[in-house]
Amino acid sequence: MTIIFDGIAYGMLLFILACGLALTLGLMNFINLAHGAFAMAGGYVLVVLTQRAGVPFLACLPLAFLVTALIGALLERTLYQHLYGRSHLDQVLFSVGIIFMAITAVQYVMGSSQQIVRLPDWLQGRVEIAGIGMGVYRLFTIAICAVVAIALQVGLVRTRFGSQLRAAVDDPTVARGLGINVSLVFAVTFAVGSGLAGLGGALGAELLGLDPVFPLRYMIYFLVVVAVGGTTTITGPLLAALILGIADVLGKYYVPQLGAFIIYTLMVLILLWRPNGLFSRAVAR
Amino acid sequence: MTAALETHGLVKRFGGLVATNDVSLSVGKGARHALIGPNGAGKTTLINLLTGVLAPTSGRIVVGGKDVTGLTAHQRARRGIARTFQINQLFPDMTPLETVVLAHAAAHGRAGTFWQPASRERASVERAGELLSRFGLADVMSRRVSSLPYGKQRLLEIAVAIAADPQVLLLDEPAAGVPEDERHEILSIVESLPADVTVVLIEHDMDLVFSFAGRITVLVGGAVFTEGSVAEIAANPDVRRVYLGEG
Amino acid sequence: MSAPSRAADQSSGAIPADGGVLAHTLSRPPLPLAAEIAIWIVAVGAFFVVPDRALLLNEIAILGLFAMSLDLVLGYAGIVSLGHAAFFGAGAYVAGMLAVNGYATPLPGLLAAGLAAALIGFLSSFLILRGSDLTRLMITLGVALILLEIANRFDDWTGGADGLYGVAMDPVLGLFEFDLYGHTAYFYSLSVLFLCVLVARLVIASPFGLSLRAIRGNRLRAAHLGIGTSRHLVAVYTLSAFMAGLAGALNAQTTQFVSLEVLDFHRSADVLLMLVLGGTGYLYGGLIGAVVFKVLQTLISDLTPQYWQFWIGLLLVVLVLVGRDRMSERLGALLPGRRRGVEGDPA
Repeated sequence: MTIIFDGIAYGMLLFILACGLALTLGLMNFINLAHGAFAMAGGYVLVVLTQRAGVPFLACLPLAFLVTALIGALLERTLYQHLYGRSHLDQVLFSVGIIFMAITAVQYVMGSSQQIVRLPDWLQGRVEIAGIGMGVYRLFTIAICAVVAIALQVGLVRTRFGSQLRAAVDDPTVARGLGINVSLVFAVTFAVGSGLAGLGGALGAELLGLDPVFPLRYMIYFLVVVAVGGTTTITGPLLAALILGIADVLGKYYVPQLGAFIIYTLMVLILLWRPNGLFSRAVAR
Repeated sequence: MTAALETHGLVKRFGGLVATNDVSLSVGKGARHALIGPNGAGKTTLINLLTGVLAPTSGRIVVGGKDVTGLTAHQRARRGIARTFQINQLFPDMTPLETVVLAHAAAHGRAGTFWQPASRERASVERAGELLSRFGLADVMSRRVSSLPYGKQRLLEIAVAIAADPQVLLLDEPAAGVPEDERHEILSIVESLPADVTVVLIEHDMDLVFSFAGRITVLVGGAVFTEGSVAEIAANPDVRRVYLGEG
Repeated sequence: MSAPSRAADQSSGAIPADGGVLAHTLSRPPLPLAAEIAIWIVAVGAFFVVPDRALLLNEIAILGLFAMSLDLVLGYAGIVSLGHAAFFGAGAYVAGMLAVNGYATPLPGLLAAGLAAALIGFLSSFLILRGSDLTRLMITLGVALILLEIANRFDDWTGGADGLYGVAMDPVLGLFEFDLYGHTAYFYSLSVLFLCVLVARLVIASPFGLSLRAIRGNRLRAAHLGIGTSRHLVAVYTLSAFMAGLAGALNAQTTQFVSLEVLDFHRSADVLLMLVLGGTGYLYGGLIGAVVFKVLQTLISDLTPQYWQFWIGLLLVVLVLVGRDRMSERLGALLPGRRRGVEGDPA
């Protein structure tokens, strides 16, 4: 049971990390392979702030969100926005380029070793609930991710911005005609997506490990969440992330010799079975 | 005589919407048949069913006496069904010459030939030369299709279908967007096809339809409203009411 | 995409519908024949100009072959792959393992490696027939990762993370011994590359090649012409995998070493970069891209060995922002003499 619990924590984390990608992909049809670079940025913000500036851990999480959202907004305005209408090949090339630059830049500034995250005392240790041993930090992670997921769902469905966003995605021309500032909507969405990745990176630095190749190591995981979960809903990626998280933790625990083999094979099989994702609405044709 | 093209109780539903409602048609070999009806009558859906873009909810499609209902688009194309599209469906990076040669070669089962250059496909190259001249495309035959003006692309769209030497040719508003004087040119090329080629034409221009077709089927709301000779349809007051009266 | 000179030069005049002229127009190769011959003269001549750089030239020939194999899939069939290293790696490991286990004759090893890669390509091609670009990206990426995982796991055979050492090859055709300077290696690789280009050249000029371009341009219409799109994609993917496998095998045989790096994501990304640098869809883009890539890498690595990757990244970003088509055309124009760079019309 503890393993399942760990899997859930891992899955929730993957969801927070990947949901920004679902936004950019589903809403802007942009394949941003460099999404993990934003997560890495969040992780390093946390590490630098806690270790070098002595900022309390809890305060770092919103800061990680803000800083990466800001970076995201900046890059969106300067670079990404030129690529929305371009071919997927261009988008892939561009975002792979961003990954490579991010990796080397971080290596240059922070060194290539794994970063150690010091958690505050109250987040360490384990508790036992209903006979299941749970890491306090994992519990904390799950709680935060759950809050974010709910906020996201409410934000998309209930708010004015959410409906503007959906309108902009359905038909940018019509949305513009209705007086919606489409490019602003996209920029904000991109920034929020990046910020969430940053938050996920900060939260996950302790559980996932943090070093410069983070964006590449987890790229496939983020893509799996989105590809399997589909991009039409929030719940799709959430379920996909949970399945992936639990399967990965179970696999590594029970059959460690197979490594990541299970995950990749599972992914290929699922995509073969449902090319448009497990939870996407069936599209005609 | 067996019909070139038959449908039996063809039905296509999209969710709750019935786009094609129990359509049974029989088009004789060598016929010049027109399919008319107001917008949304399900004409293009019917063509899509005939060519395998869509799978029918129920019903059967028979071409030249053989049931093709379960076949894919490319298998049907190989059985001699060719079509044009209402909106040009061309290959932007290829030239008209390449396109037409390929259309002929593919229809004759040579699309998979990889061991010799396409230029060695004698029959295909010759036919392409003929068609390109006929359609006035010879002077642009080695330009990229995407760089051609719309009118030329429209002509190529039709040339591609004819290059397949089809048994059944389905023309979905071939004259759409083509200037008045060129419309009759297109139709005259179609009329000069061998007499055993069956042609089904969707068209809104009634002058064109009446001058071209032998028989006419009127579709309304996805179902066959009536069918008859040109004279019958032209004189039918119900048709005038539902359709001709509008235009 | 960018095929310099294709179709651009012959747009005037009323052409008589004469079969001979038509056939000639149709069979016009993607590059003028003179340019093609020049490329091969340069390729051979380069060895005599810088014989001490034969190892580098060998690497370029291998990467050129690898990039050309990707061009068949991307440039002609329009499939974006992020895992082409799978076939390169498979070829490298098969060739390497054969040699280590005593089957050290180069050509049969090469062929076996190519066929093994082709088999993997054939099997995985069925996975990429359906779905969106994203699905295909994931699947290609996934297949490469699965192979990497396998190579890593079965380290008894592959050497795992330590790499596969002791790949010693017999002389090519029993005549040409591999030397330390890469002389034999270069001519061996160049010959294989040449043969592959000949095959690819024939294939893309054939009705099959036209069909591929049709499928890339408009799959729906291609099917309506009677082209079995799935069968064509399977065939070209298998052929591409075969050639990528040959490139991998050449790499293993001539460097006498195979490491997990042959299956790495970087390799898939690099080959994509090479291809788009040189331009897709005219067969020689991969070769030209490989030259540019390798020369840049050698120059930059001399300056900052660790941060080479940063410059690749920058190159990719700039390439996309400037526009790939324009970039690769410029590159072609720039190669002989460097002019018309910064100044130029204020547009």
